[in-house]
Amino acid sequence: MKARVYVTLKNGVLDPQGKAVAHGLHSLGFAEVEDVRIGKYMEVAIATGSRAEAESRVREMCQKLLANQVIEDFRFDLEGDGAS
Amino acid sequence: MKVRWGVVSFPGSNDDDDALHLAADVLGHDAVRLWHKDADLKGVDIVILPGGFSYGDYLRCGAIARFSPVMQSIRAFADGGGLVLAICNGFQILCEAGLLPGALVRNRSLSFVCQDVAIRVDNAATKLTSQCREGEILDIPIKHGEGCYFADQATIDGLVANRQVLFHYADAQGVVSAEANPNGSLDSIAGVCNRAGNVFGMMPHPEHAVEKLLGSVDGLKLFLSLADAVSSGRGARASA
Repeated sequence: MKARVYVTLKNGVLDPQGKAVAHGLHSLGFAEVEDVRIGKYMEVAIATGSRAEAESRVREMCQKLLANQVIEDFRFDLEGDGAS
Repeated sequence: MKVRWGVVSFPGSNDDDDALHLAADVLGHDAVRLWHKDADLKGVDIVILPGGFSYGDYLRCGAIARFSPVMQSIRAFADGGGLVLAICNGFQILCEAGLLPGALVRNRSLSFVCQDVAIRVDNAATKLTSQCREGEILDIPIKHGEGCYFADQATIDGLVANRQVLFHYADAQGVVSAEANPNGSLDSIAGVCNRAGNVFGMMPHPEHAVEKLLGSVDGLKLFLSLADAVSSGRGARASA
């Protein structure tokens, strides 16, 4: 089973990278861009057949390592399923 | 009494030799390197977590180093009242490990900054700052790309209320301002300690300001403060 994990900066944490990219897009003529926030995407392959187990284990992985909850939020889905 | 300093070397640490030089050659104390794979703290009185790029800053700065065997021992040492000074990458590691509050994120400018800065001592009653005066300005260099201190407002309020903010970035007159803040840190915070007052984290590098040749000796006061805390029995020695 594969988990797709998205880690994003919490609201309120300044994202200077996102700001720089937004400026770049403006320079290219994408005037409609209001904001860019940059995050991380990870794919985690897991040896389990149980979705419920995978979900609770991936949540724990996110809490303990994949995201730093002082500054980041996370969400994930399991392959073939949009639920998180 | 000769103080025994331990300096941790992770793969990617690059200020460990400077800290060992400070302890052994400048202070004339005992200094031992603590290898990251070795859980033995070798009976040290003070642990320094040095600057660098441990584990290549993979995932987040400091995120991987906290799993090293030596870190389990340092956690126990700190829980028992042992003195720990975490500088730059060391500060990032202890925030990731939850031994210090907050996190260090990308500098607001997006640029790596390498310059001398002035920091104002805002609590001179700690084991790291006892040789300083309240409000004293220390000239100490910084060199980092991810040194912007962040914590939620409740955490910041708690740090202020408990006097855990030790240093603010300031100008030469001690005035804190956006212009004198080199990395965008919240409230211009340059260094903090834990609630118990035995674990310290700071982005500036006091070990790079300990000899005239280096341009400043202001960092010495911090190391002498720690040594004094040990000599006067206010520390805790790691088991040998």
